Amino acid sequence: MSMEPRQILAPDGTLRGDSPLEMAEIRRLYRAMVSARVYDHKASAMQRQGRLATYAQFEGQEACQIGSVAPLLAQDWLAGTYRDAAAMWFHGYTWRNLLLGRTGDERGGQAPEGVRVLPPSITVGGHMIHAVGLGWAERLQGSDGVALTLFGDGATSEGDFHEAMNFAAVFATPTIFFCQNNGWAISMPREQQTKSETIAQKAAGYGMVGELVDGNDLLAVYDVTKAAVDRARSGVGPTLIEGLTFRVGPHTTNDDAGRYRTDDSVAAWRERDPIERVRRYLVAQDMWDEQWQTDIEAAEAQAVEDAVAAAEALEPFTAGEMFDAMYSEPTAQIVEQRKEAERG
Amino acid sequence: MAELNIAQALNSALGIALEDAKVVLIGEDVGTTGGVFRVSDGLQQTHGPARVIDTPVAESGIVGAAFGMAVAGMKPIAEIQFMGFSYPAYDQVINHVARIRNRSRNRFTAPLVLRIPYGAGIGAAEHHSESAEAIYVQAPGVKVVVPATPYDAKGMLLAAVDDPDPVIFLEPIRLYRSIRQEVPDEAYRVPLGVAAHRREGTDVSLVGYGSMMRELTAAADELTASGISVDLIDLRSLVPFDAEVVIDSAQRTGRVVIVQEAPRSAGFAAEIAAQIQEKALYSLNAPVERVTGYDIVVPLRRAEKHFVPSVERVVAAARRTLQA
Repeated sequence: MSMEPRQILAPDGTLRGDSPLEMAEIRRLYRAMVSARVYDHKASAMQRQGRLATYAQFEGQEACQIGSVAPLLAQDWLAGTYRDAAAMWFHGYTWRNLLLGRTGDERGGQAPEGVRVLPPSITVGGHMIHAVGLGWAERLQGSDGVALTLFGDGATSEGDFHEAMNFAAVFATPTIFFCQNNGWAISMPREQQTKSETIAQKAAGYGMVGELVDGNDLLAVYDVTKAAVDRARSGVGPTLIEGLTFRVGPHTTNDDAGRYRTDDSVAAWRERDPIERVRRYLVAQDMWDEQWQTDIEAAEAQAVEDAVAAAEALEPFTAGEMFDAMYSEPTAQIVEQRKEAERG
Repeated sequence: MAELNIAQALNSALGIALEDAKVVLIGEDVGTTGGVFRVSDGLQQTHGPARVIDTPVAESGIVGAAFGMAVAGMKPIAEIQFMGFSYPAYDQVINHVARIRNRSRNRFTAPLVLRIPYGAGIGAAEHHSESAEAIYVQAPGVKVVVPATPYDAKGMLLAAVDDPDPVIFLEPIRLYRSIRQEVPDEAYRVPLGVAAHRREGTDVSLVGYGSMMRELTAAADELTASGISVDLIDLRSLVPFDAEVVIDSAQRTGRVVIVQEAPRSAGFAAEIAAQIQEKALYSLNAPVERVTGYDIVVPLRRAEKHFVPSVERVVAAARRTLQA
């Protein structure tokens, strides 16, 4: 079953069709991708300094994450993974809470009031079915809200993927399944993960629309996801989108990718960098200059620095505070154990 | 003999086990990269990808496939990367692996080994620090064992491979590289279901297993230094549970502190305390103490030190029994 990935913006920055977005919006999304990369690099550096626990880089996947969230409205839900910080931030999460989570602090899991972003899924695959329930509930409650779930190629091997896809199709829930196929699940390459030629084609077996898209093409990711969001919002049903991208970094900062892949494979993908591609387009349109780039990087670096300072200023939980937020009212056992822990 | 840590001792055991053509090692990232904790480092290079098998990301699939292999006469050693990832496979464990002997009236058995790293203390991400041994104890039909030393790790893993029943083999994450010990190069077995009497004493019994043995040993040192005679027991095996050693100890000291990292309610410590109450109540001079994790989600890095039972908490509990 052969599918050609949808592409609008070629790696050299030239358009292969009409842009689905106005220039101002392209510049806004470009800026968001640059901001996300500033965060990603900063977080990686902080991990090396011992200020963060394990960190999962998303470098190279910015177009998938910014481009897929861009069509969402504030009423729409996002359920992603530990590698989806850019998407979470773009849908309203704060860098401060993302960083706080990575320092190993539960308070990082709290979305700002009104922001419909679930805490990142750390186990693989369990959250895809949540996006079925989230979207379903919107429809049952008379809203036209939709739910987007992000996951990787590895997650499609979990049994939960099957159940989520099947439920979504059977109940025609307003769910968008966006698989960031970044080529690797820790050390397992995509071609050993599934014998299916594409992940997108799996949609056919569920009676669902499947789309294959160049995941490093911001415009194509936006276009395909926007169409899926529109289908979901109008009640047509779910869509599976496979974005072809690449995990430029290791699985996490605990992983040594040199044990299972060559640097050459990474270099080839760096040539297809999603941010550079849009920059080339903007340059050709005379809508980019060095000063603007410097300004947005500096502004975001400051924003991330501020977020780091805010996260690090927060005192760690006391022994007693770790008992908070277990139940609406603490059980007698928790009250007793809390006292015991506070005594030391 | 070589001085090995637990990860290396397990690697040695796996290498020996794989000399038997019926044995396969199956799990996520166990091959090319040698496992997330490098326990199977180099084994795929030696034994090939057909016997050291990297799987798609599918825990239920790993255990279900291992079940099928075991029923059909193979000896699979399956690995789940972290205990918090083992739950998708729990249906396979409790409904299939644990029950096949019983429901086929001994016609079929699934003598697989399921290796699961467990426990907190390394500042890991969510779902990477669980101690859920009690749910496996509640799956009658599987054995549940927990080594705490390099010597036991190797000998118990080889015994688990030989065992005619399925064995859940728990590996304490924070001890993987923290203890070194002389370990024979050759194969040997440490029998499952037999507790280790680490220290003989007369005043108070300290009972624990797995990840907590480091704290228990330090607590025993501290108590000994202040003139208290400690009877120190490393259970090593929860199913079968070596109750005799614990009951005997309780009868001799009359004071028992049981330590587990898992949340308190319905943890394995409760089972031990109940058996002591049933079989040694009249020998007790003080209430049996439990030092455990709390009934909360295991905290992340910044607060996990408050959760894992500390040496201080164990010592304080022992002193309470002595004051009673």
